[in-house]
This record gives sequence, C-alpha cells and structure tokens, in this order.
Amino acid sequence: MSEGHDAQPEYLASSPDKEPAERTEVAEEAATQARLDARNRAQATDQAAGTEPAAAQPSTFAARFLRALWSANTVTVTVLAIALAMVLGAILIIVSDANVRRTYSYFFTRPSDALTASWNKVADAYANLFKGAIVDPEALAGAFNGTVRWERVFYPISETLSYTAPLAFTGLAFAVAFRGGLFNIGVQGQAIMGAIAAGLVGFLLPLPVGVHLLVALLAAALAGGLYGYVPGILKARTGAHEVITTIMLNYVALFFLSWLIVQEGIQAAGRTDAISEAVHPSAELPRLLAPVGQSLRVHLGIVLAVLVVWGVAWLLGRSTFGFELRAVGLNPEASRTAGMNVARTYAMVMAVAGALAGLGGATILLGTAFALTGAVVGSAGFDGLLVGLLGRAKPWGVLLAALLFGALRAGGNQLQVGSGISLELVSVLQALIVVFVAAPALVAAIFRLRPAQAGGLETGMAKGW
Amino acid sequence: MNVLYGLLQPDEGEILIDGKPVRIRSPRDAISHGIGMVHQHFMLVPVFTVTENVMLGHEHVRPGLAGYLDRRRARQQVVDVSQRYGLAVDPDALIEDMPVGLQQRVEIIKALTRDVDLLIMDEPTAVLTPQETEDLLEVMRGLKKSGKSIVFITHKLKEVKAIADRITVLRRGRSVGTTSPDTSEEELASLMVGRTVLLRVEKKPARIGAPVLEVSGLAVNDERGHRAVDGVDLTVHAGEVLGVAGVQGNGQTELVEAIMGLRPIVSGTVKLEGRDLRGRSTKEILRAGVGYVPEDRSVDGLVQGFTVAENLVLNLYDQPPFGSRFTLNLNEIAKSAEQRIEQFDIRTRSHQAPASTLSGGNQQKVIVAREFTRPLKLFVASQPTRGVDVGSIEFIHRQIVHERDIGTAVLLVTSELDEVVALADRIAVMYRGRILAIVSPDTPREELGLLMAGVTEGAAA
Repeated sequence: MSEGHDAQPEYLASSPDKEPAERTEVAEEAATQARLDARNRAQATDQAAGTEPAAAQPSTFAARFLRALWSANTVTVTVLAIALAMVLGAILIIVSDANVRRTYSYFFTRPSDALTASWNKVADAYANLFKGAIVDPEALAGAFNGTVRWERVFYPISETLSYTAPLAFTGLAFAVAFRGGLFNIGVQGQAIMGAIAAGLVGFLLPLPVGVHLLVALLAAALAGGLYGYVPGILKARTGAHEVITTIMLNYVALFFLSWLIVQEGIQAAGRTDAISEAVHPSAELPRLLAPVGQSLRVHLGIVLAVLVVWGVAWLLGRSTFGFELRAVGLNPEASRTAGMNVARTYAMVMAVAGALAGLGGATILLGTAFALTGAVVGSAGFDGLLVGLLGRAKPWGVLLAALLFGALRAGGNQLQVGSGISLELVSVLQALIVVFVAAPALVAAIFRLRPAQAGGLETGMAKGW
Repeated sequence: MNVLYGLLQPDEGEILIDGKPVRIRSPRDAISHGIGMVHQHFMLVPVFTVTENVMLGHEHVRPGLAGYLDRRRARQQVVDVSQRYGLAVDPDALIEDMPVGLQQRVEIIKALTRDVDLLIMDEPTAVLTPQETEDLLEVMRGLKKSGKSIVFITHKLKEVKAIADRITVLRRGRSVGTTSPDTSEEELASLMVGRTVLLRVEKKPARIGAPVLEVSGLAVNDERGHRAVDGVDLTVHAGEVLGVAGVQGNGQTELVEAIMGLRPIVSGTVKLEGRDLRGRSTKEILRAGVGYVPEDRSVDGLVQGFTVAENLVLNLYDQPPFGSRFTLNLNEIAKSAEQRIEQFDIRTRSHQAPASTLSGGNQQKVIVAREFTRPLKLFVASQPTRGVDVGSIEFIHRQIVHERDIGTAVLLVTSELDEVVALADRIAVMYRGRILAIVSPDTPREELGLLMAGVTEGAAA
C-alpha cells in the first residue's frame, strides 16, 4: 500500500520537532535519496504543524478538565499543594487559639512571645497530626523497651487504614465516572444505598460465616450499582444531566435511610433513637490486627480496596469496556463514529461507579459502624469526590489520595485530643489541598488555556501553574 | 505570526514597524501598533450579535453612566466599516446563526474597527466554500486598494497565486525564499515540501465491478428537522471512485452520516451488496466492511487525548487480534501501530504520543491507516484532505486510488473541485439535497462549477 513510501525507521524514532536543524544539512550530503525524501517530507509536515495552531479540541468539559489536571506535573504540584495547605492551616491554628492570640496583643513590645507561642502551637499541632496518623515515636521507643504495648504503636496506622478503605472506594466511584466523562456527584447516595443493603443483609439474613460477608458485599455493590445506573440510564435515554440527577438522588438516599432505620424490625430493639440492629458478626469484615489488640480497627476492607484499585486499573487500561469508557469520556462524537454505543457506555459507567460507591458504604458498615444510623456514611461519599480529584482520576492515584485523607482524618482525632484543635481544621486542610491541586486545572479548563505540550509551543498563558 | 500578534514572545530577533523596532507583548500592543489578526479558528462569542462581538474588548461606554454600553455607536461603527470595505453583514444577526463565511467577515470587521494597517490572515480559506473563498479574495483586493497590507497564510497554491503580490515560502520555521505569483504551482509546491510533488494523481482506468453501495430515494433530515437529503439515488461499483461534489451544506454531510448509520433515515434504502443497511448500528456497518473518514477529523475522527496506537484501533479494539469481547491485547495493538506508522508514513514521536501532538496531515493519515487496516468493500471519505498539507494530500490521494485499484468501491465527498476531478471516475454533483447530475471527470470545470451552484442548463438532470 505504500509504494515508494518506505519510511525511515531511524527518522521515526526521533521527533521531527526536536531534531537539530544542523543535522539536516549534514544528512543532505551523506544520506541516500530515500532518506532525504523522508526527511524532507518531515519538513513539509512540520510546516503544516506550524501553520495550524491548536487544532480545535472538541471534548466534554470533563475531558478538558482532566487534561489540564494531568498536564500539571503531578508530584510537584501535589506536594506544593499539601505544603501550601499546611501553611494556611498553620495560620488558622494560630488565629483560632485564644492564648496565642493574646500574645499578639503585645506583639510590638515583645514579638518573641508571639512568635514562640505560634511556633509551639503549630509544631505541637502538626506533631500530633503525625502521631495520630502514622506512629508515635515515643510509643515506638517504649514498645522496644517493653514498657508500651505494641497495640499503641499500631493504633495510628490502623486508624488511618480503616479511614482509607471506604475513601478508596468512593474515590474510585468518582474517578471511574470522571474518566467516562461524567460528574458523579451521587457517590454519597450510592454509598448510603450500599451501606443500607449491606446492613439489611447483615442483620436480617441468617447466613453462615464467610458466605454472609460475601452476600452482604455483593448486595451493597448491587444496590449502589443500581442506584448509579438510574442517573446513567436517564442520561443515556433522555439526556438528563447527571450532576442534577445524582445530587437529587443523594437526598432520596439520605431520607430513605432516615425513614428506614426507625421502622419496626429494623430499628434496634429497645432503642428509641434512630439506630438499626447491628449486623451479625458473621457479616463483619474481619479485623486484621485483632491478635495484637482489640482497639485496632483496621479490617479486611483495606485489602479489598487495594484489590479493587488493581481491578479498576485493569478495567480502565486493559479491558474493552475500559477502552470504550475512556474514548467516550474524551470524545463522545468520535466514539459514536467509531461504532461505540455511547448511551450504553454512560449507563454502564454509572453502574460501575455506583457499585464501587456501594462497596465503600459497605466497608464502613461492615468494618467499623456495624449498625445503620442517619449519618453512618458520614461524608465518605463527598470526600470521595475530593479523593478522586486529588488522585487525578487514576486508580493508584486515588489510593494514594485516600491514604492521605485517611491519615489526615485519623491524625485529626489526635489533633483534637492532644492539641485541643477542632476536627474541622482537618476538613479545612483537606479542602485546601484539593483546591490548590484542582483549581488551576479548573481555571485552565474553563478558559480553555492550552496546556504546555511536549514538543509543541509553550504559551505564556500555560506558565505559572 | 503569533509572535507578531503578541500571543508569543520572540526568543531572539526583532520586529520592525515602519523601520522602527518594537516590542509586542500582547494582542493589545499589536493592535496599538496597527496589527490585526484573523484567526483560523474564530474568536467569536456565538450567542452575541455581530455588533457585540465587534465591540468586545474595547467597549464604548456612555459618558456619565458608569458601565452603560453604547451599543448604538458600536453598531454604527460596524455599519460604517462594512460599507467602506464592501463587507455586507447584518450588525444585529447572532453569530451562531451565520454561515462560516460571514463569521469570518465579522472577524475581519473586528480587526478593521481597530484601525489596523496590517492584517494577518491565518488560513482564512480553510473553512470556506469555493464561492466564499472567491468573495474573500474580492474583499482582500478591496482592502489592498484602500491601503491596507495583508499577510495571507495558506496551504492552497491557487489562492496564493490569485491574490498575492509577493510569496514567501516557509519551511520548518525558516523562510526558504520569496517569489512572485508567476511561479508555477509545481514550483511552489516543491519549495514548500522540499522535493518534487505530483499535483496530479496518476491512475489507471478504473476496472468497474459489481455494484457495492446502492442508495435509492434516500431522504434524511438535519439536526433542526429540515430535509437535508431529498431523494438521492446513487450507485457505487467495486473498483470505482464516485465523487460527490458540491458546495458545503448541500446535504453531503447528512448523506454520508445516513449511510454510516449515524443519522436516521427518513425514507429510501441504503444497500451494501444487496443487504439493507437501514436500522443497522454504526458498528455493524463498519463490521460489514465499510471504511469511513469523517468530515471533521478532530471532532469525529480521532480522540485527541488518546495515543496514536489507541486511535489506530478506535473501531477495531474489540476485534481479533486487537482484543476480544472483554480484553484488549496491548502488545498486538502496539505492534500493529508500529507497522502502520511506518507503512502510512505517520510522523509521530512514538505510537504512545497523544494524537493531539500530531499535525493535521498526520492525524488524517492515522484515520486513513485505521480504515485501511481491515479489508473493505466500501470506503466512504468525507473531505479527506481538508486542512492537510500538500505532502500528506498527495499521500492520501495515492492511498485512495490504490484502494480503488484493489477493488474497493469508493465514495468520495469533497467540496474541493481539484480533488474530485483528480480522483473520481464519475462525479455526482449535489445541490440542495439532490443529485443534480452525474458527469464524467472530463467535464469542463466551468460546467462543474455551474452545476455546483445549481445551474443545470436544462439538459442535465
């Protein structure tokens, strides 16, 4: 098919844009006619590339945002965002502490007082955050001396991991939909439905050990999946925007839960407050570190989370469905032209996302909560959106982001106990991190700034973030 | 040119205006130095009127009333400029309702209201029909007469010869020479590409076989529900290229989309080797051996964020050897991508590079390579060389002729007269949703041009 167009492999190996100009002249003398040909044609196309600026990128807003999100250097930007958030957090710590504030009233007479007090307060706070999230060095030393039980050493990391597990699921639930070009704001509702299903199976069905847990998890995935499928099919069939429908369905799920847990047979016997029966022990997620100590809550959920992250990575990268999902997410028109069923893909994407969120809800219920309450899922669903964004909608990125958020949440408890700083500060920190990571990308996506491209023109607009 | 207009900063060198060196840091600087630019992709707000778009960026405010826009003055300015330069345009029309040619006029008016002396036009004809192009060249002549300078950037040799006083050829960021418009097209092309280019396509006479695509009485609606294709009958035989010529917007897009199952058929039939395609999904039609190069490469042809390799299997990913019902075979996809990159001479860093990093011509080659990967019965190509450089055009044309020679039926839809004359064995002229006539490619150009404008001279029908 390529008469006379035997392209030169050595040319193909190198980028025409980066080839030094001098090489052309040298080559022109030495090279064979065919080689010259290939090189010259490269010049022709180069010229074409030059005169054709910024080929219009027709894509969904989600795809643009994602591109902007990825084009920023992932590691650097994330680390800087975390550092920046901690600096702002430090200011908030200083401002919110009455004793430290008082030292500022005589700042100009004795500034050292104010600065020392601020430094001590902030250092103490972040030290507590670290102790609560990862490990307390004193406890570690004590454990080696035999004066402290190992349980205390593992407690922080156990807490971190038990907060991480549901966040990894809900983060994936957002990320998968996002890669498919959909904004799944309904993670919270899907997670609630998952928790409800897991709870109902957990305390209503008398099933043997092993089977019970499996059925509960499957029920949660199914319930979340169906609850995600609804906005998916609405979008596919009627074009109803998934952001609107999923937000509304969050309320439906929340109030369904509130209603459900005060019904007879569901509400815990002898209780007047809104709490359901507790799930049978056979449906609980087994604790991983139970032999070390009863307070170590980390459970099988974190292992499931890692497996599911691996599974989603496989799904996105190596499966036919993942190919369709990503293609539809980046350019639905081209996907349709290539024969893909865009509507069906949307519906399926939402079902998969919902199932992941449902598993997240189940992880909470079967791993740590055991009984349904009105706030059983907490904000795990909404935090999933942040985790998904911070993880740049990539499975392993989501796991790392979930780990960070889990650590902040666990450390936050210690922050409150040890430094008397409210847990809300942690939420503020989490929010700030995401704002710093996501905002530049969001701004770039809204204004359609062109991200710096490899080998292309770097515009002044793309710099500075 | 982006440097001249202040969008990019020069690394070295200087810009002289009227002999004085200047620094242009932003488009605002450029305008104040009398430089205006008409971009290839229009910078207009679709839901604004012409006047609003023209005033955007330097709004007149009524004195006394803070922030109150003086639309009347802006409107008068639009009317003045359009009259002075013969750019007829309705100042109150919404941009989104206007054809592309008129939108471009608005861009020109926008530049002219800023009192510029030098107008940079970046590929202004890439999106225009032959008539609109002719009108634009007329406008440019008028501007020249009134003392404006124009830098006209284009790939199209005929246009540059028709309008330019001096021609500078750029290749790989360097000027390779300045010539006069008397230079022949062949010489210009070889200057641009750096080697001799065949502007004509060499092809043997067609060996026409059995009918492959039979379209009869086809009626199709456009998005707004208007009849776009109105009773079209066409037959494409194995081993021939049937060209569909016509000015853009006469139903060609809808015709092709209906054939590909992308648009519902109102009435009539489309048959592939005698089997009805109506009601079949696009996937089934592609599987049946139809290759398709969509009209709008960047919207419908490619996923820009995907790698070259992924785009090369965009409609083959679930077929062996690239994948199965559930899984992809990444090794096979990469291997095949390497082969096709070489075979189709696609210029890319690697098969892992995003398609968006390729030039327009190479993006188009990716699409062509993809479609020619599987055995085809019918090849439908819509505007296959729009916005593509001369070298790639030549390559794509040869591929199409080669495909014809191995017995594929080719339906070529194009608004480029040169292209249809060069490639087609028969030419169907489409006008207002109907096929006006099917003529031989030897038909004089004037006659074809008239047919495209809807003049049938009584005889043909």
